[in-house]
Amino acid sequence: MSCWITIQDYALRSIGIGERLLPKQDFTLCQQFTLIGSGMLWNIYFGVLALAAGFFFATALAMGKHARSAWLRKPSEWFIFLFRGSPLFIQFFFAYFLFLSLKQVAPMFSPFTAAWLGALVVLFCNTAAYSGEIFYGALLSIPKGDIEAADAYGLSGWHRFRRVIWPTMLRLAWPAYTNEAIFLFHATTLVYFSGFPAWRQKGDALYYANYFADKTFNPFIPYPILAGYFILLTLCVVGVFGLVNARLNRHLPQERRVKLRFRPNIIR
Amino acid sequence: MFSYCSDPSALDGIAWLSCYLTTGKHMAFYTSFGTVLLLLAITAPVALMFGFAGAMAARGRIAPLRWIGKAYIAIVRGVPDIAFFLFFVIALDQIIEWSRHKILCPDWTGPVRQGNDFVVCDAAKMPLSSSPQWMHETYGFSLAILTFAIVFGAFAANVMFGAMRAVPRAQIETAEAYGLTHRQAFWRILVPQMWVYALPGLSNLWMVLIKATPLLFLLGVEDIVYWARELGGSKTSKFTEYPHQDWRMWYFFALLVFYLMFTKVSEVFLDKLMKRLTRGQATTGGEAQRKAAA
Repeated sequence: MSCWITIQDYALRSIGIGERLLPKQDFTLCQQFTLIGSGMLWNIYFGVLALAAGFFFATALAMGKHARSAWLRKPSEWFIFLFRGSPLFIQFFFAYFLFLSLKQVAPMFSPFTAAWLGALVVLFCNTAAYSGEIFYGALLSIPKGDIEAADAYGLSGWHRFRRVIWPTMLRLAWPAYTNEAIFLFHATTLVYFSGFPAWRQKGDALYYANYFADKTFNPFIPYPILAGYFILLTLCVVGVFGLVNARLNRHLPQERRVKLRFRPNIIR
Repeated sequence: MFSYCSDPSALDGIAWLSCYLTTGKHMAFYTSFGTVLLLLAITAPVALMFGFAGAMAARGRIAPLRWIGKAYIAIVRGVPDIAFFLFFVIALDQIIEWSRHKILCPDWTGPVRQGNDFVVCDAAKMPLSSSPQWMHETYGFSLAILTFAIVFGAFAANVMFGAMRAVPRAQIETAEAYGLTHRQAFWRILVPQMWVYALPGLSNLWMVLIKATPLLFLLGVEDIVYWARELGGSKTSKFTEYPHQDWRMWYFFALLVFYLMFTKVSEVFLDKLMKRLTRGQATTGGEAQRKAAA
């Protein structure tokens, strides 16, 4: 079987298009590359959606934690503490079993027991909490002069936030936020190892890599392939976030710009 | 455990719960918290040692050694660590068995990889198939510890490499001016001062290590996640004296609370330690302490 046929059969296997059965024996390199690459679709799906939605929630959380009113501050603080203080792995398990029990009471929760929605909700809350803390830190380090200048121009409320506070906060937080994004993509590999079932063997990249390692009893091929894919993904993320960083810093003289430094936060 | 537990079906409320929570299996569950703490207690110093060695190698003066150090630091970035956990456990096991195979059975001619199998001679099996159950468990646990130490050692190396570079250059120059050799300057001037720079990174790493402990479950150790799944699942009266619904949610809730408390306590403790270490240091924190006292 040529490699092209394998790609046709398995390139979209992770979302249920193509061959039903996974290869059982005589694994070729081509099969491993294709299937693990196919699984990456799920990692990208989880990462992109959780980041995009989590970004706005994180801004709200940071503003909430910064608020003077305890009614806003306490819930944000507790939310951030809850998701940053416990392992993502346990959060996944807890959420999965929580959704399972809720399903008994209200059938509307049944899609939440599937990974595509349930795990996404957990990742969304998790990244919102971590980014919220990053944004909060940036909020604290906004130069006092910037806000005084905004006041002097008569900006207040929404305008002051939109024109001065928010852009400065993002600019200061962006290098740390880039690391958070990389780190979130890595965290997506936990999904199918934490209770959420891979229905009809539709899993993510690590799920397939683990499948091959189990079947061939040879970890030295699938995991380096997975590593290669993730390094590519990381480079893409760094590239995209670098463009945003350049835009956020465009008004500053060259030497005062905040440099992006790749320093991932490791595990959660 | 209690005397009134002999007939659980006649009990209800608190009495039933007190019996239920003290069954033999629950005791195993509580012991597995000890497993987690044991893992942390062993892994943290070993990873620190790996990290120190890695950082030393990365700033060494011999080029190949430096490359090894830098590669060790760089390799775990960019790739999800859980992939490393899954990889190292099998890889280490196979490397150990393969080297034992080479040493113990030199006259074995067949290839080690036959199709989808990894075949070594019986004497090279690790642990031997005749050895008791506890040997197998200990071996599995040691592999898990080694895996954790390798991965977290790389993270620690990264932190310490940065910390060694953060020590003001003037300190080393002064040491050299006093005629200390390179080695003396490293051990007497650099190492004592680097910790205050390394501590924020290391305490972050400690939190991360705590939060990584549930991954033990993936490495095949019977840890708290294993027991929470096992005990929480719904039980009928046919198999147990304590039938109940699916309670896994509550078991994982308990784990969640356990980890939250653990990280909170660590945070408070590490803050205290940081205060202690900054005392008298030529940093912003140390200066602030001096001013506050004056």
